[in-house]
Amino acid sequence: MLYIIGLTLSLTAFWLLMSGIYTPLILFLGFVSVVFVLYLTKRMDAFDEDVFQFKLKRKHFSYWSWLAKEIFKANLDVSKVILSPKMKLSPRMVRVPVSQSNELATVIYANSITLTPGTVSVDIEGNEIIVHALTQELMDGLTEGDMDKRVSYLEES
Amino acid sequence: MTELFLDLTSAGLLAAGSIFVLIGAFGLIRLPDFYTRLHAAGITDTLGAELILLGLMFQAGLSLVTVKLILISLFIFFTSPTATHAVANAARVMGLKPMLIPDKDLENTEDR
Repeated sequence: MLYIIGLTLSLTAFWLLMSGIYTPLILFLGFVSVVFVLYLTKRMDAFDEDVFQFKLKRKHFSYWSWLAKEIFKANLDVSKVILSPKMKLSPRMVRVPVSQSNELATVIYANSITLTPGTVSVDIEGNEIIVHALTQELMDGLTEGDMDKRVSYLEES
Repeated sequence: MTELFLDLTSAGLLAAGSIFVLIGAFGLIRLPDFYTRLHAAGITDTLGAELILLGLMFQAGLSLVTVKLILISLFIFFTSPTATHAVANAARVMGLKPMLIPDKDLENTEDR
């Protein structure tokens, strides 16, 4: 219950800050949006204490800057493949082992894989993520396990 | 002088972002099947969108608009992989086979 009230208040504050237009119609639409988001959260069954367990630390920022660099490099790699006259594709679909134990870290890992162009996480089965990669080289870059290690480091408290 | 510099930086970023969006669109047409096309869409989602947002921030200066642009660029990092995963997962659940991959990969990733 406390969580629902907190979410309502923060959503309202956020909406008021972002909107900047306070006519009756727009305010009414904002109210409808807040109620709709609350309904979606309830439907997703996300009203539990888990949400509060995430604490932003300095290592998250260093992970993000590392990830931004990786995304940039991967973008250039995939662009090169697309623009080369004779596209050298060697797609792979491989099971990549996950060494993280909690759900949040697994989601961060899978999201990071998808965020990097050239690799997409298609499914999660048990302790493995099924990854589709555009070329063998991009797949190798992932299976070296650098990203896996960095996400595991995030998980440690 | 500073204004000219900001405008030039912003123009450069917007142009670079547009080029990457175009490369993504080009790849979407050129690549052979559904799964490989997802990777081309990834370029548009990440570098293309982020460079354009960065260019717009230089235009907006230090204002509430820039705060909103920063929030949009952060949300893109959460929503775009989620959407890509949802589409890819739906394709796999429907039983769509990826093209060009070695046979051993297919055996390993079939539903058990």
